[in-house]
Parts: sequence; structure tokens; C-alpha cells
Amino acid sequence: MNPSMQASRQHSTDISLVFDQVTKKYGRVVAVDNISFSIPKGSLVTLLGPSGCGKTTTLRMIAGLESVTQGRILLNGEDVTRQSAIERNVSMVFQSYALFPHMTVLENVAYGLTVSGMPTREANRQAIEGLSLVGLADYGPRLPSELSGGQQQRVAVARALVLEPQVLLLDEPLSNLDTKLRRHVRDEIRGIQLKLNLTAVYVTHDQEEAMAVSDQIIVMNKQKIVQQASPRELFEMPADEFVADFICNANLVSGEARRNEGGRSECVIGGVPLTIPDQRARLGDVRVAVRPDAIRLFGDSDAHPLRGEVVYASFLGTEMQYTLKTPLGDLFVRSSDVLEPHPLGSQVGIGFANHGVAIVGTAS
Amino acid sequence: MKKSLGGWIVLMAVALAVLPWHQQEAGFFSGQWITADWNANKTAASALYLLFRQGYDALWPLVGILAVAAATLAAPLSRFSRGLLMLGCGGGGLAYLLILGYAPEWLAAWPGQEAQVGLGYGTLIVAAGFLFLLTGGAARLGACRGDLFVTGMIGLIIALISLFVITPVGHILAKAFFDPEGHAGLGALFARLTDQRVWGLNCLSGGRCGVAWNTLYLGAMTAVTCTSLGLCFALVVTRTGFRWKRSLRALTLLPIITPPFVIGLALILLLGRNGALTQFVASWLGIPPGRWVYGFFGVWLSQVLAYTPIAFMVLIGVVEGVSPSVEEASQTLGASRWQTLYRVSLPLMKPGLANAFLVTFIESMADFGNPMVLGGSYSVLSTEIYFAIVGAQTDEGRAASLGLILLCFSIAAFLIQRRWLGKKSYATVTGKADNGQHAALSPRFARLITGVVVAWTSFTLVIYGMVLTGGFVKQWGRDNSFTLKHYINAFGIDIGANGLQWTGTAWSSFFTSMSIAGMAAPLTAILGMTTAWLLVRQKFALKSVFEFGTMMCFAVPGTVIGVSYILAFNVPPIELTGTGLILILCFVFRNMPTGLRGGVAAMSQLDKSLDEASTMLRANSFTTARRIIFPLLKPAITTALVYSFVRSITSISAVIFLVSAKYDMATSYIIGLVENGQYGTAIAYSSMLIVVMLSCVLGVQKLVGSRRLRRQDRVLNDLQSQPVLQKGAA
Repeated sequence: MNPSMQASRQHSTDISLVFDQVTKKYGRVVAVDNISFSIPKGSLVTLLGPSGCGKTTTLRMIAGLESVTQGRILLNGEDVTRQSAIERNVSMVFQSYALFPHMTVLENVAYGLTVSGMPTREANRQAIEGLSLVGLADYGPRLPSELSGGQQQRVAVARALVLEPQVLLLDEPLSNLDTKLRRHVRDEIRGIQLKLNLTAVYVTHDQEEAMAVSDQIIVMNKQKIVQQASPRELFEMPADEFVADFICNANLVSGEARRNEGGRSECVIGGVPLTIPDQRARLGDVRVAVRPDAIRLFGDSDAHPLRGEVVYASFLGTEMQYTLKTPLGDLFVRSSDVLEPHPLGSQVGIGFANHGVAIVGTAS
Repeated sequence: MKKSLGGWIVLMAVALAVLPWHQQEAGFFSGQWITADWNANKTAASALYLLFRQGYDALWPLVGILAVAAATLAAPLSRFSRGLLMLGCGGGGLAYLLILGYAPEWLAAWPGQEAQVGLGYGTLIVAAGFLFLLTGGAARLGACRGDLFVTGMIGLIIALISLFVITPVGHILAKAFFDPEGHAGLGALFARLTDQRVWGLNCLSGGRCGVAWNTLYLGAMTAVTCTSLGLCFALVVTRTGFRWKRSLRALTLLPIITPPFVIGLALILLLGRNGALTQFVASWLGIPPGRWVYGFFGVWLSQVLAYTPIAFMVLIGVVEGVSPSVEEASQTLGASRWQTLYRVSLPLMKPGLANAFLVTFIESMADFGNPMVLGGSYSVLSTEIYFAIVGAQTDEGRAASLGLILLCFSIAAFLIQRRWLGKKSYATVTGKADNGQHAALSPRFARLITGVVVAWTSFTLVIYGMVLTGGFVKQWGRDNSFTLKHYINAFGIDIGANGLQWTGTAWSSFFTSMSIAGMAAPLTAILGMTTAWLLVRQKFALKSVFEFGTMMCFAVPGTVIGVSYILAFNVPPIELTGTGLILILCFVFRNMPTGLRGGVAAMSQLDKSLDEASTMLRANSFTTARRIIFPLLKPAITTALVYSFVRSITSISAVIFLVSAKYDMATSYIIGLVENGQYGTAIAYSSMLIVVMLSCVLGVQKLVGSRRLRRQDRVLNDLQSQPVLQKGAA
């Protein structure tokens, strides 16, 4: 008996979805490698990772669109591993929306209700309710092609919601929208999820999107789960180099941890001493992730033990971005000081902030 | 699951009790079996009557298996054991029916005194029921993610293809083993396959070559010519400023609406002994008219005329598919137009050229009509097969072995096309030709190929002109005065005292053609679309077998299908020769590939997430197919319907073996007219067919075209537009 299963027994009222050592293989190719996680009721959990990491396959296994090779999936305590997609009480919003182009918006939303045998009038009533939830009550008679991308997306959400699923699945729902609309729809989806207290699983490869909508983020890489944590935890304490790089876009440098006390390690990075939180008390040569915004630059380079040369600088309005050549390697820096930029080619002193630096592994 | 399988069990029970077990001489739908005295006329009796009153004890096991199946459904069993039992019942029942049909002598209890009769509708329903019990059981055991509809359809289509494609071809194989005395042996097969008449090479020393070489040589020559001409047409249409290039595209319609031998017929009118051109040359230059058009040259010319549009159709997609940006890149790197064409565009088109070659090669080998009309002493496999069946001495074994050789040729060509070329396509997505400009050709080359195209098009137009006017002339060459005699002869209508009288000789075969093709078309479309849906959208264990079966439908030449059908369905258990049903079945399985191809293409265009969205909204796969897939495929379905209708009416190669006095088809009737020398009536009838077919095709194109304009769906648009690429190219 493994921990996640015990968890599902103990808090069967709080836990909505459990993956218990699930593996998916296509022939010999492993698409998802022995993953376990659980998702609490009423929370929005994001599967985040680069393309090909297995996040979409995971989502499709929840949906029942892919069969499971090994392991079990529990939905509200019930084993649904062998159930077909039709038998499971989940709904999905597709990347391409997948609105049926030959049906009106109302017919699209009512489709799921009518195919399960509900009389048309009742189905239409509920469909209009669903549409008003996403603010499109008046758009029922239109064809999907007559709506904007954002509106189509909301129809897709309404269509999935009218079936009152136990879990709502969203597969990269924003990737077909342009950048400005993306934030708007993102907030709207999060708003509906909070309002209806839905359990939702969200797949994306965009870390900013994930941070913005999620209660919890499950980071996947190479068919495995790397870390499951809240956005803040993930940002403050990345579990390894991959997460640090992928989530925080952090610089990875070598350092030395000398002493650990009360979960804090005294470290030296490139001659600069600082204290970093580290629960696992790793000592000796360590790999340290330094977020671009955690690096401080000083014009008087001689006063600092760590120095670098500005090889690239760009002005982005609210911030400056630099690339520095240093003894630690190239460092990527974001600085909010746009009034006195450091010129190209100049020598700068380098310091570190209290937050945004984390030990992510020992040097191998 | 319980409901539909239960329904089948009830249906099977009813069929056993009421429907006639054997085939009805007068036809099932005449209803004579209802009123007949079952005691005197055993063939009209139902299975249960035969079992209880006539002592056909061999039918007991069927009743037993059915009872077990019913008990299985009613008993409180687990999902797994119920599935297993159903699977067993279905499989056992089917196996027993096969023994009953093909090897009744194994069953001691079978009363063998009377001559065997074909099996009837009762058997058909029972067999279908067992099939669905089998597939239902498989679904219960988890096949196709437990989808009853999908397993049922897969089972049904595999059964149909085995019964009507694989079995007949198997009969050809078997027949080729028997010598004329009926002894089986490899010797007979070997002797036939290596016959001097088939493989002889005497033509190298002035004699005659074997039919196999004739066929290959004709095929290769036709294919080379068609491909070159097709390329000229494609280049003119896409890369020059030729004024009428839009109308050139209309040429691609011709091979669809023209019965294949009509070209040959027109050539006779033009170049035969009494041909218009021959007479003209004879009177002006004094060259005596000869029969030189009969033979290799005539067949080759008519095939090139007939199949160049097909090569054109294949190549235009390829030539358009070459991305203009690649050509632009070549030009910006300093290559001249000629260099760009020769070193960039043509190599990119190579797979397309090979494809066009193979397609026309296969068409030429399968062609029956033109060699029949024009071949003279130059015989090819398809005509030789025909004469082996209907000639002075019927030799089914020889027909079968020749069919085997032809089958091997076309399957080989087909496999090369599929396996070797299938993976080698450099062409980018078609339909993107509007972005960027294709490189223009060098002016001299453009003039040259435009000249070729204009000349060839005029020749084609003259030929079709002959077809359309030929019926209005008394007798070509001898008496060129205007007459309506041929049309009246063929399509006369008399309105007399008895009302409307169809007095023309052609009406009977015309109506038969229309009604048989009209019945075959919807079946073809349904079968083709369902098969396409299974191939594109479903994953299942037997998919490779399934694909092989559908591929066989593509590859088997019509003549071979015709021979194999009369070999396979002339004897019990399935006796179909002489019926209209055999023609319908033949058309369905001959034309299914066309519908399948269209269906696969259209379905690949539909975003798969549409199906998945429907599944996630808890619609089962039947509902998904009915409410989502098929409505979206309406244009493809309409097209498949009409094309299969038109192809049924214009085809000849398989039909000629299967027609009977009662069910004569238009094309075989015309061939008969030609054989009797009634060219006038034949050409009048042909032109009538062409006009009818043309109006069908044009009507549907208009219908489908207007529908497509109205439907602007996001998903399709998304698939077609790849913004980054497009903007880059434009």
C-alpha cells in the first residue's frame, strides 16, 4: 500500500482525483512513467512541462481517451481505470475548442445533455444557463464560426460545464488565443472555477499562465513528475535544476555550502557569502539557482569580490536585461533600475538578494 | 449492449422459424415462398420446418447455440464470462454455418439426396446474428475500448471483404490448379503460368509475343506517354499565362464520364477503314485505306487519349504542391528559370511523376474495352481472359491462371506505388498555391509545351466531337448524310393506344444500368465512409488485415473480379450468377475504394478533437458518427455517391462477365452492338450515356460547391492556415 492510496482512504471527502503509480506505454515507448499524485476537491491543479513531457497523455488518461498500461486512477474514491470515457464523470475543454461547426452555439452546449437522453426543451434551458455563466446567453443561435476566438473558448467551457463534471479538464485552452486575450480568458476561467468550486486539471507549457491560475502546479519532465507544489513554493524552492530553469528561468551556478542551521545554509558563491534556505541540509559543493531578479549590480566594481562584464544590455521599458560575463559563467540579469543603466562593456560588481536564490542539487 | 444483442437473438430466432433457409428461384421479394406448400417445395421452407418435419438434423446445433446465447444474456454472469460465452457462441455458430455451406458432406446427418441449392435470406440473417454475437462478445472482453458499434462494424466489413473480395480471388487461385480434366496439381498451374502463349518472346524474331509481354509493353508505353503529356498539361496550367488554362481543368472530368471503350469506338470512326480521316487521305493522296489502326497502335492511342486526363489529375496536385518559396529561393540564388525547373522543381515532382506513371500503368493493364474494340490480333491479358471464358472452348483454368498473372502484375505495381512512393512525398500541403508565385517557365519551353497541349486537346475534342455527332450519320465513310435513325432505333418512344411504349432497343439495358447503379451507389458510399472512419479514427488489433483487404479492392483489375465472381458464385452455398444482386455487389466492392479514398481524405481534414469532444460529452461512437462525423462529411459523401453511380454505369471490364439476359447493362449492350458492327447505334447510345453522366457530375459539383461556400468552420480553417508559414511565404 502506497502513501497516495492511504491518503485517498483517509480524506476521501477532500481528494477528488488520485493517480496511483500510473504508467502509459505505446509499444515500447514510455509516454508516462510511474506517476502518482492526488488532487484535492475544489482546487485547480496545473500539469506544467515542456512539450513531450507526458502532461497531455496524463490528462487524456484522466479523460479516458487513452488507456492505462499500469496502475490505477481513482475518481472520488472509485476505481475508473478500466471505464470508458463515456462512463466517467469528467469533461474536457480542448486546445482547438472542438466546437461542432455544423451546430449552433446552443446546440453545441446542449449536445452532451441531449445525447444522454434529456428532452430538448430542458437541455436547451440548461444550455442557456451554462451560456449565461460565461456571459454569452444571447449568442445561442449563432454558429461557432461567427464568434471571436475568446468567445468560442468560453462556449467550449460552457459546453463542458453543463454536464456538471466531477473534474473539468483543460488542455492548453489558451494556446489558440492572441496574447492580449489570453490574460482576460485566463482570469475568467479561474473566476468560474473559484465561483463554482470546481475541481480542475489544467495543462499548459507556459509557466506564467500556470502561476497565474493554479492552486497547485505539478511540474513534469521526461515522462516523470519532478515537483508538485504551490506556485510560491515552486518559485522560492525549486526542487532541482530543471524546475529552476523552467519555472524561474534561473541562472545555475556552482557554490559551496559550509554550514546548515535551522534549515538555512551559509554559502559562498563566487566569493560572495550569503544565507540560503535549504531544508535538506546539503553541504559541500552545491548547484545554486539564482533568479535573474535576485542579482544586484553595482557600478563600483572594485569594492566587490565578484565582478562581471556587461556583454549585452537591452531596455524593456520597466526593466533592464543584461547578460554578464563572469567567473561563474554567463549570468542573465533583470534589473528594475532603468534610470542609470550599466553601459555595454563596463565592469560591474555583483551581489545577491535575500530571496530568489536556492540550492537545487549537489555537484556531481 | 444487452438490448442490441438481445434484439439480434430474437431476430435470428424469427429467421429460423419463418424465413426460407434456401435461395428462392423466383427471388425472395416475389414473396412466392410465403404461399408455397413447404412440404412439396422444400426450398421455400424455413429452417425450423426443415428440422422438425423434414429431418434436417444437421440444423440442430444452430438452434442449440442460439439457445446458449439467449441463456448467456439472461443469466447473471460477470462481464468477462458473459463476453467469453458470447464470443464462443458467435464464433461457433459462424464456423458451423461455414461447414454447412462449404463442406456439408462432413455432416452425416445432412440429407444429401437432392441437388444442393444456394442458401437464402434465413441463413443470411442467422449468419449476421452470429457475427454480431461474436463482435459483441469481443467488445465485452475489452476490444476497441469496449465499443460495441466499432467492433460490430469491423466484424461486418471484414466479413464482407472476405466473402466478396478474398474468397473470389481465392477461387481464382484454386481454379488455376486444376487441369481441364479436373485433376488438381502444381503441374497444371506451372504449365499454364509458363505457357508459351503467355510468355513467348517470338516478336523479337518477327513472330508474336506472349500476352503477358504485350500487356506490360502496352502498359509501359501508355504510362510513359500519359505521364509526359500529363506533365505538359500540369505545367501549362500552373506555370504559364495560357489563356484557356482554366478550361483545361475540365478535361479531368472526361475519364470519369466516359465509358472506357468509347474512345476506341471514336478512333474507328476516325481512322478505321471507313474512317473520316482515312477516307479523306485516301481520296486526296491516293493512299489505300487499311486496317492499320487495329492492333498495338490503336489501343495505345485510345488509352493515351483516355488516361492522359488521369495523369494530369495526379500531376496537377504535385506541380501545385511544390512550394513556390523553394522556387523563389532558387531564383534568388541566381539560377535561371530553366535551371530552377530542371534542378529544383522537377526533382521535387519525381514521386508524383512515378505515381502518375504507376496509376496509368495500372489503368492500362486493367483496361478491357479498348483492346476489345481495337485490339485486332494484338491480345492482352484482359481480353485473353474474356475469350478463355466466352470463346469457342471455355477454359476456366486458363482464365483463372491468366487472371492470376494480371492480378500479380497489378498488385506488384500497386505495392510499389503504396510502399515505395507513399513515404516519398516532397510536396507541401496542397491548396497553398496562392501564396507566392510559381516560377514562370522559359518562354521557348513554355511555347513548346503549350503547342503540345493545344494539339492534344484539339485531338481529344475532335474525338469527342466524333462521339457526339457520330450517331447522327447514316454510315460513316459510306453515307455521311444526316439521320436520326440510330437514336430512334435505340431510344424510340411510342405514344399509342396503350400509353407510353419504350420501343427503343436500348431502353431495357439503360434502365437496368440506372437502377442497378442507383442501388449500388448508396451502399458503396455507406461502406466506403464507414471503412474510412474505422481506418482513420479507430485503433484495433486486426487493422493491418483490414487494410490489406481494402487494398485488395483497389488492386484487383475488373476482369479478374468478373472472372472470380462467376467462379465463386456460380455454385452453392452462395449462388448469385444471373441475378441483379451480383452486379450490385460487384459495383459496391469495385467502387468502394473511390469512396474510401475520398472519405479518408475528408476525414483526415477533420480535427480528431471533434470526435473526442463528442466522446467527452458522453456520446457513444454511433452517435458521434451520426451526429458529428457524417454531417461534416456531407460533401464527401455526396461526391462518393455520384462517382460510384457514374463509375458503375461506365464500367465494362467486370460487368461483361456478370450480365445476363435479364440484367443486361448499357456498356455490355454497346459492346455487343460493336461486335455486330452496328457502330451507329453504339455511338448514339454512348453519346447519350456521356451526356447523362456529365449532367450528373456537373449537377453534384454545383451542389457540393455551393454548400462548401456556406460552411466556414473554425476547425477546418485552423487546419488549413498555418499563419507563420503563410506569412513567410507571402
